[in-house]
Amino acid sequence: MEPIYMLGLREVKRYTRSKPQIIASLGQPLLYLLALGFGLGAVYQKAGGGSYLQFISPGIIGMAVLFSSVFSGIALLWDRQFGFLKETLVAPVPRLEIMIGRTLGSATTSMFQGLLVSVVCLIAGFRPISLASIPLAFLFLLLIAILFAALGTTIGSVIPDMQAFPIVMNFLVLPIFFLSGALFPLDSSPKALKIISAFDPLSYGVDGMRGALVGHSHYGPLVDAVVLCGIAIVLLCIGAWRFSKIEI
Amino acid sequence: MIRVQQLVKKFGDFTAVDNVSFDVAKGEIFAFLGPNGAGKTTTIKMLTTLLAPTSGTLEIDGMNPVEKQHEVRKQFGIVFQDPSLDQDLTAWENMELHGALYHVPRKVRKQRAELLLKLFELWDRKDSLVKTFSGGMKRRLEIARGFLHTPKILFLDEPTLGLDPQSRNQLWTHVKNLNQNEGVTVFLTTHYMDEADRVASRIAVIDHGKIVAIGSSAELKAQTGKESLEDAFLALTGTAIRDETAGSAEQMRQVAKMWRR
Repeated sequence: MEPIYMLGLREVKRYTRSKPQIIASLGQPLLYLLALGFGLGAVYQKAGGGSYLQFISPGIIGMAVLFSSVFSGIALLWDRQFGFLKETLVAPVPRLEIMIGRTLGSATTSMFQGLLVSVVCLIAGFRPISLASIPLAFLFLLLIAILFAALGTTIGSVIPDMQAFPIVMNFLVLPIFFLSGALFPLDSSPKALKIISAFDPLSYGVDGMRGALVGHSHYGPLVDAVVLCGIAIVLLCIGAWRFSKIEI
Repeated sequence: MIRVQQLVKKFGDFTAVDNVSFDVAKGEIFAFLGPNGAGKTTTIKMLTTLLAPTSGTLEIDGMNPVEKQHEVRKQFGIVFQDPSLDQDLTAWENMELHGALYHVPRKVRKQRAELLLKLFELWDRKDSLVKTFSGGMKRRLEIARGFLHTPKILFLDEPTLGLDPQSRNQLWTHVKNLNQNEGVTVFLTTHYMDEADRVASRIAVIDHGKIVAIGSSAELKAQTGKESLEDAFLALTGTAIRDETAGSAEQMRQVAKMWRR
């Protein structure tokens, strides 16, 4: 178990030592929150949807976690570049443990990023329905972080190219975000969109958090949790398998 | 301790290691001496489970590194040709992480990390980030780290590349001492004759992926009728300058290989 903990701790240490990264990555969620939350708020209210800020805050928190966890996969490419990857590859540690350690480390830092954005949402005027629902929201935040950190790390182990990684990621992450129901209610969206969203793991994460924090869920919290856990486990296994294939 | 028979590694149609066979005894310091691109690093990568051979058999402490990757990884330590430290961690954190990866018990880990950092004169800087270290200090830290889990075999792939004579001298003194005191088998590659001459009990001269001569420094000199190992080396490998074959074309091939799988 110790290799998992130490590899995770390494990710956290590297993250906390890079203060500009922490601050800069708050920018994008903040922009969405202000521009959409306040910009579209009045229209949403007129259409009878209630407070848009209440609605999108869980989505924005989910987005912050999505972006930081998926992009943490690039750490693997840096490790390849600077050679540290070799140190982990020759170590007598099962590849699944390496994968889990890295993923949990990245997930921890992404969670922290999500919590920072939550604080920003609270300041902007977001109010969860009850304090008792916060642990459940926290669980969903954790699941989103683990799932997408595993995805990022898996992709990082498949794409060894520093230039290609961000392009592939943007190609993947933007649809994941926009089709997830983070910004619009799935209940009233067209059927085709509903079907597409059902294949988007973030839909379940945001839905779970929204259910916990705002009291409105499309799929139901149990479905959300089961789907997220299932996909996360599958991704961890694929990642470990990819890891065992890396040759340098 | 190490047994290699008819080892072959091909990258596409390029043969990097061509039918290489040798044995390394327990406690021996064995040197692979060869020009750039001779196949030294490729051989080390295959011995250390990082690359699978095209054909031939390998044995590390009686085990095949292709089949028993996990067991074999416990037996050796390695200092790579290029840096493999985490630059954003301190020297101490690098040592701790290594100890954890090799399941060294906490208490032993602390004692040994302290001993080795003091030995390699890095103790004063143990809490500095590695990116603030000079090239020589990084190298010393890598070697100290390689010894942390008391490996049976230590692989050193051109460990003195880019070091000044003082650091090189000191480094080999430590490696020799650890070899004597802890009985660790050392497999090193270098293209500095004087190092091979001074440190190694046996030397294999490798060129174009083939072993052209193997024996002690004295034997190699006798075999070629030359007075210095340098002259013997040139007599064996010729005087033409080599280009690294692992150029951009090779890298492209590697990338293509990853995608195909």
